[in-house]
Amino acid sequence: MTTSVTDPIETPLVIGERQFRSRLLVGTGKYKDNPTMVEAIGASGAEVVTVAVRRIDLDRTKEEGILFHLDPEKYFLLANTAGCYTAEDAIRYSRLAREAGFNEFVKLEVLGDQETLLPDVAGLIEATETLVKEGFKVMAYTNDDLITACRLEDAGCVSVMPLASPIGSGLGLINPYNIRTIKKRLSVPVIVDAGVGTASDACVTMEQGVDGILMNTALAEARDPVGMAHAMRHAVVAGRQAYLSGRMPTREIAVPSSPTTGMMD
Amino acid sequence: MSEELIIKTNGEDRRVEPGSTIVDLLQSLDIDPRMVAVELNRVIVRKTEFENTKLSDGDEVELVHFVGGG
Repeated sequence: MTTSVTDPIETPLVIGERQFRSRLLVGTGKYKDNPTMVEAIGASGAEVVTVAVRRIDLDRTKEEGILFHLDPEKYFLLANTAGCYTAEDAIRYSRLAREAGFNEFVKLEVLGDQETLLPDVAGLIEATETLVKEGFKVMAYTNDDLITACRLEDAGCVSVMPLASPIGSGLGLINPYNIRTIKKRLSVPVIVDAGVGTASDACVTMEQGVDGILMNTALAEARDPVGMAHAMRHAVVAGRQAYLSGRMPTREIAVPSSPTTGMMD
Repeated sequence: MSEELIIKTNGEDRRVEPGSTIVDLLQSLDIDPRMVAVELNRVIVRKTEFENTKLSDGDEVELVHFVGGG
């Protein structure tokens, strides 16, 4: 005999006045093939899906583009400025993305280093200020520094996206204290982007109180991306629910869980 | 007698007929205009302007679209 359990009702994730049910956002890169990508994204329950902006390959214009595989009516396509190392480039790519796309949101990346893909903070702030003036809703990929996060919020970002660890590293949440601190201070939603590797990483990250997680490599490079997507969906919900429920305190001595009275002689 | 124009498209030189528009260029490349964003000499061309925008010799055109990414 089994009992059915009803999950608690979850509040929506609100970014730039758009509402989403899922707090898991996913990327579309690095999959071994499109059918795997589509199935994994479906299993993840994600509504927000990132895409990159690149030149059309003029020798292969008849190949099906990503919009063939992911219906823009079903998914919220969030364009990124991946590969941009200056504010000027990121602004240029953002404008093209808005022209090609379906909304005024952009996941802003201004990179500072090729090996670590860590962000160029000055470039991020400069690009944010310009893009916000042009009506963009900027979601900024950044490092886990509190001051940078505050500056990005001040500059008008609708979301700040600190990394858990470097893009594609799978190292998980390296500095929970920094992420917790950012979440406690900012008013805009905080979505951890980059570095999550497996379900426990996602769960621990959500337990810091953040509003959502964006991941790509964790799914695309799993042996079974679809299976991992299911795991991540559960992990994000579990971590969020644990956070909302208020965890027990930690202590350095043991406290028994069974009564200490009523023992036999 | 009219000479062909030489324009750069995604970094490659290309010959087009004088009087060609963005629409003509996309057609010659078999690109669906709904699936592309176009930049002409670093200025974005709105989709509604594709058929009105004529190309000139030496123009630099960028044709971009969405691809998979994180």
